[in-house]
Amino acid sequence: MPARIVQTNETPFESVTLDPITLDIVENALRNARSEMDAVLFRTAMSPGIREQHDAFPMIANHRGQMVVGQFGSFLHGFMQNYEGTIEDGDVFITNDPYACNGAVSHLNDWLVMKPIYCGGRLLSWAAMFGHMSDNGGKVPGSLPTDAAQIFEEGLQVPPVKLLRNNELNRDVVDIMMRNSRMPDWNRSDLNALLAALRLAERRVLEIAERFGIDTYVSAMDEMLERNKRAMSAIIQMIIPENKKVYFEDYIDDDGLGMGPYKIACAMWREGDKAIFDFSESDPQSISSVNFLLNEEMFKMFLGAFTINLFDPQILFNDGFYELVEVRIREGTILKPKRPAALSCRTHLLGRIFDIMSGLLGQSAPDALCAAGFSDSPHFMYSGHDREGEWYQLYQIGFGGIPGRPAGDGADGHSLWPAFTNVPNEYLEAYFPLRIPIYETIPDSGGAGLHRGGNGVHMVYEFLEAGQISIHDDRWLTYPWGVNGGRPGLRSTKLLERADGSRELMPSKCDRIQVEIGDRLHFNTWGGGGWGDPLQRDPELVAQDLARGLITREGAQAYGVVLNRAGTLDTAATAHLRSEMAAKRGEIALFDRGGSVEELLERCETETGMTPPQPPRFQSFMTTRKAAE
Amino acid sequence: MSSESAIEEKVYRLGVDVGGTFTDLLLIDESSGGSYSAKVPSTPEDSSVGVLNGIRKICSSAGIDPRAIAQVMHGTTVATNTVLTSSGARVGLVTTKGYRQTLQIARSYVPGGLGGWVIWNKRAPLAPLELTVEVDERVGAQGEIVVPLDEADLLPKLEHLKALGVEALTISLFNAYANGAHERRIRDLAEQVMPETLVSISSEVIPEMYEYERTETTVVNSYVRPVVQGYMESLHDELRASMGDVSLHVLRSDGGLASVDSAKAAPVTLLMSGPAGGVAGARWIAEQADYHNLLTFDMGGTSTDVALIQDSVAQTRRETRVADVTVRASSIDVRTVGAGGGSIAYVPELTKALRVGPQSAGAAPGPAAYCKGGEEPTVTDANVVLGYLPASAKLGGDMVIDRDKAEAAVAKVAKALDLSVKAAAEGIVNIVNENMFGALRLVSVEQGHDPRDFALVAFGGAGPLHANALGRLTGSWPVIIPPAPGVLCAYGDATTRPRNEASQTLVRRFDATDDASVLEILERLTAEAAKALEEEGIARAQQSVTLQIDVRYHGQGMGIPVDTTLEAFRETGLEGLGAIFDRVHTQLFTFALEAPKELVTLRSIVQGPAPLMVAAKLDGGSGDPVDAVIEETTVFVDGADRKAMIYDRARLREGDEIQGPAVIAQMDTTTLILPGYIARVDPTACLLIEPADRVRS
Repeated sequence: MPARIVQTNETPFESVTLDPITLDIVENALRNARSEMDAVLFRTAMSPGIREQHDAFPMIANHRGQMVVGQFGSFLHGFMQNYEGTIEDGDVFITNDPYACNGAVSHLNDWLVMKPIYCGGRLLSWAAMFGHMSDNGGKVPGSLPTDAAQIFEEGLQVPPVKLLRNNELNRDVVDIMMRNSRMPDWNRSDLNALLAALRLAERRVLEIAERFGIDTYVSAMDEMLERNKRAMSAIIQMIIPENKKVYFEDYIDDDGLGMGPYKIACAMWREGDKAIFDFSESDPQSISSVNFLLNEEMFKMFLGAFTINLFDPQILFNDGFYELVEVRIREGTILKPKRPAALSCRTHLLGRIFDIMSGLLGQSAPDALCAAGFSDSPHFMYSGHDREGEWYQLYQIGFGGIPGRPAGDGADGHSLWPAFTNVPNEYLEAYFPLRIPIYETIPDSGGAGLHRGGNGVHMVYEFLEAGQISIHDDRWLTYPWGVNGGRPGLRSTKLLERADGSRELMPSKCDRIQVEIGDRLHFNTWGGGGWGDPLQRDPELVAQDLARGLITREGAQAYGVVLNRAGTLDTAATAHLRSEMAAKRGEIALFDRGGSVEELLERCETETGMTPPQPPRFQSFMTTRKAAE
Repeated sequence: MSSESAIEEKVYRLGVDVGGTFTDLLLIDESSGGSYSAKVPSTPEDSSVGVLNGIRKICSSAGIDPRAIAQVMHGTTVATNTVLTSSGARVGLVTTKGYRQTLQIARSYVPGGLGGWVIWNKRAPLAPLELTVEVDERVGAQGEIVVPLDEADLLPKLEHLKALGVEALTISLFNAYANGAHERRIRDLAEQVMPETLVSISSEVIPEMYEYERTETTVVNSYVRPVVQGYMESLHDELRASMGDVSLHVLRSDGGLASVDSAKAAPVTLLMSGPAGGVAGARWIAEQADYHNLLTFDMGGTSTDVALIQDSVAQTRRETRVADVTVRASSIDVRTVGAGGGSIAYVPELTKALRVGPQSAGAAPGPAAYCKGGEEPTVTDANVVLGYLPASAKLGGDMVIDRDKAEAAVAKVAKALDLSVKAAAEGIVNIVNENMFGALRLVSVEQGHDPRDFALVAFGGAGPLHANALGRLTGSWPVIIPPAPGVLCAYGDATTRPRNEASQTLVRRFDATDDASVLEILERLTAEAAKALEEEGIARAQQSVTLQIDVRYHGQGMGIPVDTTLEAFRETGLEGLGAIFDRVHTQLFTFALEAPKELVTLRSIVQGPAPLMVAAKLDGGSGDPVDAVIEETTVFVDGADRKAMIYDRARLREGDEIQGPAVIAQMDTTTLILPGYIARVDPTACLLIEPADRVRS
């Protein structure tokens, strides 16, 4: 049963005709409101994940819950469908339960707060925001246990409940939530910051409604939705072929339990106005926590944000075009696992969705195709008790190489996620028992190409206290692929160098690794794939990259560039080598994955030093279904 | 007059602002407070030529010998332009081993929304990687030496940089904010290896935590330093040649005055010198009209700067931005939007939205109406179409305005939107006003200030055209149009108080220190800051001191500056400080926390006395501006054509009241008064625009 909305004034909003200018102005005012929500949050939050890295996302929706400004699509649809209670003026809802909001948040660390905004007794708008909490209880510090078999192991689940009722904070709820966190002070402050952002959004929305009139405000939001729909309709016609299936698949390498890779497969085609994305052929859900409950609307939003940027970067992207896209995800697959499947480590799949989208869209428009990029947010966690007995706990997101793109080289060591920033190492050293002796990009890790992929990052953590670490990363087995002749980027690696000099390669997903004083972890992220033929790259740029230490002398060979000892260009030798290489190479394939999955598994041990993962075992209900088919 | 007697009477103070087009000067007689102003064309290839031309002109019109000038206060955009035109020095960089790529990685931030990376290309660092070397050394977070400096390893690297022709050197070592010993030692070594190269070290330029921000700031300092230093030296030499013993001060980004020596050492503090002059000038003018809480609105051809002044003090922040370069240096909190008279309007085909800027027609080809080959519709063209910029009035001396060309340009947008040309033009103006409103909100509402408590001072070439409409959006009354909106910066330069500050970062929880130890630091900082002013001849008794203490809740990232005084701190100590902080936090963010509070940075700001200057007084008139009428015209406002009068600003008298709609023309700008508003001429010749009903009540 859907939620019941209580209004003391049931007068429907009147649709008014708007001049285009008012519309643009309301749009701009809402844009400002959203950036103010961010500003308030970042300035007042305490956890490094939010205050330094900006792992939090705001949204403003209309009275029907459709997002008019935000980044991840509306957080409200699933909640409004499933919540069995009333929505009233003065309420603020909180939830972290992906299964209760149809994946609007996708793991328990993301705390989502939602506030209906009333005006004169009528529900006028919604403001909502979620932020990643450093700890939400559960079996490991950071609450992201790779080996969790069920969501019950991943910490406290809070279904949608009223955090505020009639503007009064329900302290009991807050107390329960704080008691279940290893970092209650951070969570409390971050939650306060989220609430402050909602209050601010409410104030702004009411100001805008007062300034332009309520009906104008509501009609303007409708028109903004409609405008998106018109634009997206044209884009969909342009970029998605009718009645011709385009297919692409990619992988996450393993599940942390020694099994993998897991396939995500998507077919894309268009039927009339409607684009269809069919994920049915994706692998069944995993028995570990790498599942990703993919909200269909969120995928639509990714698609829209990805494509509309090229046409009107100033537009406020919104929910208006959803009916033009159909997303088919089968229940029981890794993108729509059945409760109580564990979800905490969904970050790998969440990222990989972007590579899938690139791979699909690029096939119909190869010139606009980007290479595979930093489609993940690798996590590092470190916690323990220091000498004084104080608990410390770090959750950090790493970055790598932006892929080579039609627009140019990928940036080295940057973020694909909007608004994200790295944590300054001086901050880490000042607040955690850590030293960071090396923080640099890895030469040659970006795939060679006409436009080079960005380099991954080599970061070394030296531990100054005994403690435990967790690592969450991927692309150690499959390559970040290159396109249009571009070469794949280098894969990720982790090496633990013990204080006694011994060295061990770490799996890309692991928890509870004990570290001692003086141990050093080399955390190497992967590079972006290259774009376009490396033999066409301006040799001077190759020489410059060498002088800058972004590629090595060996790396320059992939470009067919011959440099003499001082690093200056040998033009004649370069031309000769390039023609030789071009002849030998033959035809350029659209994608270069560095080998098939079978080949990669075969070469795994020799190339990576790691045991190849075993084929995944699936839960019986999925295997029987597969067999029946 | 004989130069002998002039030297006896060294009583003049000169403000000089070098802008892109004009160099403005203001000469003040400090004995009487009287003043003279002058304007000469700027000489971009060597700005000091224009400055000297201006000085000759102003001295001759004032009838004084240049030797009678004791002080020159200078606002300059030379540092800014060096960054904007990428014409700075070839900068070498020395980093700690393992951190060579600090600038390459930056903060990993990619602008734009989801998918923003698809179209974003990153600018190369101002210190290129091929000129960056690592040194084996390490300082810990507490300032302890973890690895001693390996000088033998370093020396050949410095020789290498020298051989590569490095023109300025930055040394920025990891954790140097906690201990700068290694940086200083490397500077000593570098000065032996390359004695002619200017060296900037991060622990002196900006001793603050965060390696990227500190390195970038210090590198920008190096990048602009040779240019700024060369300019300052030649200017000072030439001034001395014509004025004898004269002191030269430069306006810093934070609104303070720097001596030539400190400007040369830390030019990164000058990046906003130009806009700071405008804000200071606006403050001075508005003070004469007795307004102390102000929003400033400076709209030019390609961009608009806004700032907030509370109790006659401009708000500052610990960051300066020039284009896509951001540094950690205090500046007046001037927010810039990339929208001005030259901003181009367009309609993206897919979304059919009306967008204005950020592309600008600039000075060339310029707006279509200026007949210099521009064809795209700009904000200026919209103003011409609407009749706000009458085609008969002259702009900037002898600029021709062609209304037909403006209409043809705006018609492109009108067609795409299916609107009449005038409606489209009004749309362009409304959208650009909304962008400006967004910037004004950033400095007011977002900082917890209600814009209705402030007056709005408009200047710059296009400010007075849009000011009334902005007042309507912000509710900031009156809207003040200074008598000479074009020379405001020179007023600011000349009327700025000498200012110096000393600061110390000391991250410490309130419960880990006590009132006495904090007071001791504050007193030491005050003594430090005061010393420099004393050396310039300003006695302690003439100085005023304010304290600014950055406080945060333990665990938060950014401190909030809390203003206080030594007296207040002696009385209420940390507890009183904490109470103010809770209040400010609540004002800004709607909540306070019970979490422990933490000191971040302590700062003492010492100012000298304000210079004496008397505003020129206007003769009283009849109240009726009829004598100033030029002609009648038609303006299009709120969807309809309306009759309006065009007035000549120079012929307005004190007490005149102008009913909107009206256009007021003067040499360097045009003011628009909207229907339902009245402009009054105050004794200092400012126009004060207010809603008619407000004036009557």
